Parts: sequence; structure tokens; C-alpha cells
Amino acid sequence: MKPKEFETEIKNDWCAGCGDYGILRAMEKAFAELGLAPHQIAVFGGIGCSGKTPYYLEVNGIHTLHGRVLPFATGAKLANPTMTVIAVGGDGDGLGIGAGHFVNAGRRNLDLTYLLFNNEVYGLTKGQAAPTIRYGDKTKAMTTASLQSHINPVMLALTSGYTWIGRGYAYYLDQLTTLIIDAIRHKGSAFLEILQPCPVYNDLHDKHWYEYTAASGQSRLYALSDEGYEPSISVNADENMHQEKFAQCVQKAQEWGDRIPVGVFYQDLSAPEFTQQISQQIKSYRERPPAKQVRLEQNSKPMVNMQSLLRKFTL
Amino acid sequence: MENYLWRIGGPQGSGIDRAALLFSRLCAKQGLYVLARREYHSNITGRHSYSDVRIGTQPVLSHSASPRMLVCLDAESVCRHVHNVLSTGYLIYDSHIADTHLSQLKLLDPLLLENLCKPLQKANLNCNIRELLNLAEQHGITPIAMDYETLFQRLRDEFAIPKTNAERSRNVIAVAISAALLGLTSEDVCHEVAEIFHNKPEAVALNSEAVQLAYDYVATLGINVLQPFANVEVARDDRLWVNGVQSVALGKLAAGLGIQTYYPISPATDESVFLESNYVVPMNDATHAGPVIIQTEDELAAITMACGAALTGARAATSTSGPGFSLMVEGLGWAGMTETPVVVSLYQRGGPATGLPTRTEQGDLQFVLHAGHGEFPRIVLASGDVEECFYDAFRAFNYAERYQLPVIHLLDKNLASTAQTLPPFVTDDLVIDRGEILHTADSSRHASRFLLSKNGISPRPLLEESRQIFWTSGVEHNETGHVSESPEVRRRMKEKREAKLVLAAKEIPLDEKIGVYGDRQASLMLISWGSNKGAILEAIDRMNQENRPIQAIMVKLLWPFPARELEMLVKSNKKLILLECNQTGQFSQLFRQELGCNINHRLLKYNGRPFVVEELVQSLTSIFDGTAEELMIHNNLFE
Repeated sequence: MKPKEFETEIKNDWCAGCGDYGILRAMEKAFAELGLAPHQIAVFGGIGCSGKTPYYLEVNGIHTLHGRVLPFATGAKLANPTMTVIAVGGDGDGLGIGAGHFVNAGRRNLDLTYLLFNNEVYGLTKGQAAPTIRYGDKTKAMTTASLQSHINPVMLALTSGYTWIGRGYAYYLDQLTTLIIDAIRHKGSAFLEILQPCPVYNDLHDKHWYEYTAASGQSRLYALSDEGYEPSISVNADENMHQEKFAQCVQKAQEWGDRIPVGVFYQDLSAPEFTQQISQQIKSYRERPPAKQVRLEQNSKPMVNMQSLLRKFTL
Repeated sequence: MENYLWRIGGPQGSGIDRAALLFSRLCAKQGLYVLARREYHSNITGRHSYSDVRIGTQPVLSHSASPRMLVCLDAESVCRHVHNVLSTGYLIYDSHIADTHLSQLKLLDPLLLENLCKPLQKANLNCNIRELLNLAEQHGITPIAMDYETLFQRLRDEFAIPKTNAERSRNVIAVAISAALLGLTSEDVCHEVAEIFHNKPEAVALNSEAVQLAYDYVATLGINVLQPFANVEVARDDRLWVNGVQSVALGKLAAGLGIQTYYPISPATDESVFLESNYVVPMNDATHAGPVIIQTEDELAAITMACGAALTGARAATSTSGPGFSLMVEGLGWAGMTETPVVVSLYQRGGPATGLPTRTEQGDLQFVLHAGHGEFPRIVLASGDVEECFYDAFRAFNYAERYQLPVIHLLDKNLASTAQTLPPFVTDDLVIDRGEILHTADSSRHASRFLLSKNGISPRPLLEESRQIFWTSGVEHNETGHVSESPEVRRRMKEKREAKLVLAAKEIPLDEKIGVYGDRQASLMLISWGSNKGAILEAIDRMNQENRPIQAIMVKLLWPFPARELEMLVKSNKKLILLECNQTGQFSQLFRQELGCNINHRLLKYNGRPFVVEELVQSLTSIFDGTAEELMIHNNLFE
């Protein structure tokens, strides 16, 4: 399928110039390149502008609840592990109201992809500060500067146990597409932070801010790979390699200001994926995951062998 | 034979549960019917807990207030239960606690301490265990002092083990003494010990020896062996030994449970932990299945994860208690809005806030009926006893999938911690109803997930399985599942969702809605719901034997409320008594709201303990005799 075929006819109601459009195009391109059929993909959206993404894609789309997109997506993936499951949501959704789920989805290392649209504000409720906004920053909709510190999404993802961590930028379409493909291909919990300017409410970090610095006259965004950054922990890595990759990710995650890294920060290929571990405990899991567990005799009676099931309860 | 109540009490961590299990199995193996229940504090070790084991030659329906034999592993147990022992009963205690002064027992509630000390002080007696037992003896109770220390010493000598190891056999010794006094053989006790400790040969050896020592000890006491179970006719049919949480879990497994999510919470956790330990479910074609059990980060995740799984066609459930359900409410609304079948097993406990984590209450009825902002259909059903738990858990999935909505299965702590001998669960009459599923792909790429229909049901596509893509949304949506704020779409969608409940009310058979018991001609009608069933059935049976006929109705389907079915039973000339385990009469409110008729008497209990048959008979007798107040509140002073 071509990227265009993943577009829906639904009228998109995002604002003109919204970074979400770039992300949507990149997702379409990624799906096309991965050669996935629409029915094999399920995109779960949180609440907010970004949460509407599923409506604009010609794949299964589930519009969930504020902050809960990850557990919804997790349930679907656990029940049918052959599906490609993607969760999308904003930074307020994922790191504010959904922070607990963000952390726990990371440590499970389930094979799903979480795209976090980070615009630093709550756009749909008209521009309040999101947990990503820095101490002392004040956007035009905020009445006073923020008195609270910010969450660093890459750092939180790292300490939560995501085994693939990346950052992209909504308007660098080709790079973002590559990152989304990489994240989906990763067999484990993948977290991609996408810097996404909100042209209406975030007047601090708009398209111009990201793409131009007075100091160099160039974009402040640079690709980690251009500087020879190597994010991956190999399958049989030793403890030293783990420490080294963890430490360099911590270091890169701190960079902000005139130079902002994008690309893959961290990938751990040594960690076992969650459904692999489940299938070691439950031998029938691959063949009969929860989605295929209800089995009936011809007369609609349950196929469970009750006598055998009840044996250890029989006196 | 009249039912025989054996009670064992002691500090948590002293093996009360295992003792009760051992004694229950021992009696059940004799062909007797058994019902056991436990009461415990929200604590790991040290605080008081006790188990009741009630035994009979007919199925035992409920627990009772008054033990015929009380086994006290510590002084606190004597204080809490001595007043309940029948005047012809036996009280077995540790001889070393006799001089314990009641003021040394720091875990006794001040009120209880005062109640115990007052009569002793009045008679100028010491406030210690010895005097309490003397008083009991004057009332006809036989105290039996048990010198555990000597027995422990013998075990230490024989097995060369430290004192703490020998002391672990205290619970088994207590059971063995009871069994010896009741005329059961030491071989039978040892047999059950071997079953219970089957994978620990050392524990089997130690405890078998402890049993022998206990039997030898009882022989030296010169007490006539009681023979309550001699010459009684016993059943020889196949029977199960299951508790409420196991029954629910087994019902779910029979129904094809695919995934269960949970966050640890008393008293619901046992169900999920039990499911975790049963990964392999045998099928008739010799293959196996195994549901995925996931411990989530909180209950918000538990219900939403179950919903996500349900979208794939998995039969999905979560299990919780009141505080967890409070968190689940937003997910419940999502399931209602998106017509996602999900089952919530809700084990009620004392609320609000943390409330009484390990005590029972039927305090969440009005909450579950209304839980969630906005309006959406749901089905609420309540099980009356351990046996019903199985069938209701099974049916809950059928309701959820047929009507595409959340189903709340109301249970409580009382059911969770009650175990019973039961006839094997029969699935011959059970059919799995998956509702309308969109199976075959037509030429279009999308399914209309919310296709409008007369009865409100739209064929349900499953993620990937149905091959057509679909959208589903917690925002108001049109037939394709896309956002719509159109007033007409809103009206139609609301009506469509509500129509499913009308259909459910029409289709669900009468016996799944209500149970009718007792004398149909009686002028008194007792109406209740949930785990009060056992006490009610036993009470009305006793009343009927005393020529005080009462009819009882147990309402199983609480929403949609079976108002029409009840109306046909509630004749104007009947006096209505409503009974429930909460303070505000939540079921009575619902009953009045739906039937608009007057209730003559309300029987309520809200101290964290379930109704007891003796107090129920007393209240019903006073109602029958016309001396009762409109509102009657039950209580237990000591325990």
C-alpha cells in the first residue's frame, strides 16, 4: 500500500501549521514502508489533539481515555500479540495524568510503540502548562511562569525500562519516518518523543525556534548518528556495555538549548520481550493467545474439560 | 444430627487457615457437609483471626454464632469468643495462658476489655483468663487445658529441631485434640496431614508425630470422647471443596477467560492469585489453554487493559474491591460508551476510603448502579452463595458479550472467605453466548462498529480477527465510530445503547433474576440480595419448622432491576421485610424506587460482620409476633 492509502476521508480538525500533520504523514509513510495491512495495525489514541490521530488513519483506531492509552494498548497487544500496536498521545496525557502507566509500560518491555507528541502545552484546553514545560517558562496562555520543574521524557523512559528510546521532530519527515519504522520494528517497549510545535499556544518553542538558532544560524536539532553515537546494547552484552550505553543516554538526554539531539538514544537488544516470557510460562500462549481462547463444542458448550479442571477440588 | 460448629482462634500467622482447612477436609471426608469461614484483621502477623467450621449431615447453608467447641491458640481468643460458646460446649486452651491478666492483652479493644472485666471486678475476682474460664465453667462450658509446651519438647527431642520449628505444629495439634475428642481416628487426621503437606515430607513427619502425641495426651485427660458424628447417615457422593474466590475463578475458566487484570487488594486478590496458579486449563480435545493474568500498576490500568484486550475478542475480566472499583469508574464508562464487553468481579468490603479491608459489607450497591459520569447501560448481578459464584461468573461473560456492555459481578468478603462442600459444578446446561460478532469481511474496508439497530445491538468486529478495520471511541460517535456532536446522532446513539438493557431485561430468564424460597402462602416475605442468602434460607427453614411461615426472595439481577417479576410476587397483603448488610438500606432504596411499594421492616447490619442465623431467627420471630420495630439493626458485641 502507498502512504496515501492510509489517509482517511475524515476532515481533519487540527489547526493549520500544527506539528501533528507532520507526524501523521510520517506514520502513513512508515506503515506503507513496513508493508503492513490496515487490519493488522491498531492505533490507540489518548485524549487531546494528538489523541485524535487514529481517526485520520486508515487502520484500526481506538480513541481511549485521558492518560490511559498505554494500558488499553497493552491489553490489546497481550490478547493478540501478532498485531502491530501503536499508542499515541500528548505529553500532558502521557507524563501528567498517565505518568504511572508510562513508567509501568516501560518496565514490561512489551512489543508496542508509544509516540509521544510533545508540544509542552495542553492545547485542546487552550494552552495550560504541560509537565514538560521548564521551570520559569511562560507561554502566552499561562498567567504566570511555571513554578514546577519539568519532566525529561527521555530520562524517564530510560529509568522506566523502555528498551528503545528515540526523539524525532514533527517537521523532519524523512528522519521521523525512519525513527517510527525503527521503533515499530523493535521487539520490545519503544518510546519515541516527537518534538511537535503547537503554533497556537506554544510561542516559546515554535517551528522557527527549533529550526533556527542565532548563534549558528542553523537548526538546533542535530542527528545523534551524525556524531557517531551508537545507541545499541547487543544481545549478549556484558555489564560494562549496559552501563556505558545507559550513561551516554543520560548525558544526551540532558542536552537542550542551542543543540538538541534527535535520533535513537538507547536500544537494549538483550532484554527479553514480555510475550516471549509469557509464552515460557503459558505454553499455549502463541498458538492460543487470549483473543483465541474461547473455544466451543458444536452445541456452543464450553470446551473446557470440567471434570479434569475440578479434580483437585474434589474430595 | 444438628449442625456442629467448631471454631479456632489465634494470632495471625499461627496457622489458623491451615488448621481450619485440615479440620474441614477431615470432616468432609467422613461424608459430612461442611461450611467454613474466616474472619481476620488487615495485618500480616499477630492480630486476632479465627475460622469457623460448621458441620452437618445435610448441606450447611450458613455460619452460626455459637461454637460447640472453641479452640483458643492464645489468650485473646478466649476473651473474644468465650461468651459465644454454647453452654454444653468445650473450650480448649493453652494451659500457659491461665494467669494472663486481661490488661496485658494490648490488642483487645477497650470496649471489649471493659465488658469482660466488669463482671469479674464486681465479683471481686482477678481479671485474668483463669477467672474468665471459671465463669464459663459455671455456665456449663467444659474448659480443657492443653499443655502444648510439653508436646513441643517431645517433638524437639525426637526430631532434634529448634523450638520455633516444633511450635509450628501448634495448629495441627489443636486440630488433633479436637478430632480425638470428637471420636475421629488419628489415622484419618494423619491422612489429611499428608494430603495438605504433600510436597513437604519433613512437615508430614513432624505433624504426624504431633497428631499421635495429641491423641495420647487426650487419652490421659479422662474425658469421655464425644461422638457427635457416630451413627449419622453420611453422603458418599462426589463433592467439591471450594471457596468463593475459587468458585468465581473456576466459572471464569469454564467461560473461556482469556485475560484477567488486577491490582492487589483485599479481599479480591486471592481470586487472581488462584488464577495465576492455574495456567493450564484442560480442554476436551486434550489440548490446553491458559489465560493471561496481569498484575497492573493500578486499577485504572486494570480495567482499561481488560477493555483493550476485549477489543480483540478475548474474554476479559478484572477483579477488585471497593477502593479499586472507585478508580475503575472512568474505564467502566468507556466500556459503556464503546460497548466493550468487560466483566468486573467486585468483592465488597467495608468502606468508604480504606474502610475495613478484611470485613464484609454490602455497601457498594448504589455506587455500582450509578458509577461513572453520564448515562450508560450496565448489568449488575450478585451471587448469593459459593455455588452461585461459579454459575454467575460464567454467565457474566455471556451477558457482557451478548449485550456488549460492562457487567459488574457483585460479591463480598463474606463469600470470598467462605468455603463449602458442594456438588460438582455442572456445565451441561451452560452455553457460551458470544453475542453478535462480525465474522466475515464484506467488500468494504470498514466495519460500522456502531450500526444502528432496533434492539441496539451492532455486530461486533474484533481487532485483526474480523479483517475489516473499525474505529471505536469514548467520545460520542456516529455509526462508523468517528466523533460526532450532532444532536440527532447523540439522541440515536444514547437510545441505541439503552435499548440493549431493555433487551437484556426481556431475555434474561427468571431464574437468573430472582430465587424464590420458603412458603409461598406465607404472609411474611423477606427480600434480600447477595451473601445473606445462606443465613436467610436457614432462618426461614427454622421459622417454618416452628410454624412461623416465611417466604424469601433473593434478587440476583440487580440491574436491570426485575421490577415486573417482583411485582407479581409482592402481593399487597404481604408484609415485606428487606434485609441487607449496610447502613442506609441501599437495596431498600432501589426496591422502593422501582416498585414504589411500602416496606414494613428493614433488617440491617453494618459492623463489618455478616448476618448470623440465630440473630436472624430472633428478629424474624419478633416480626412474626408483631413486636418488632420497623428498623432492626444487628450487631455482635464481642466478635
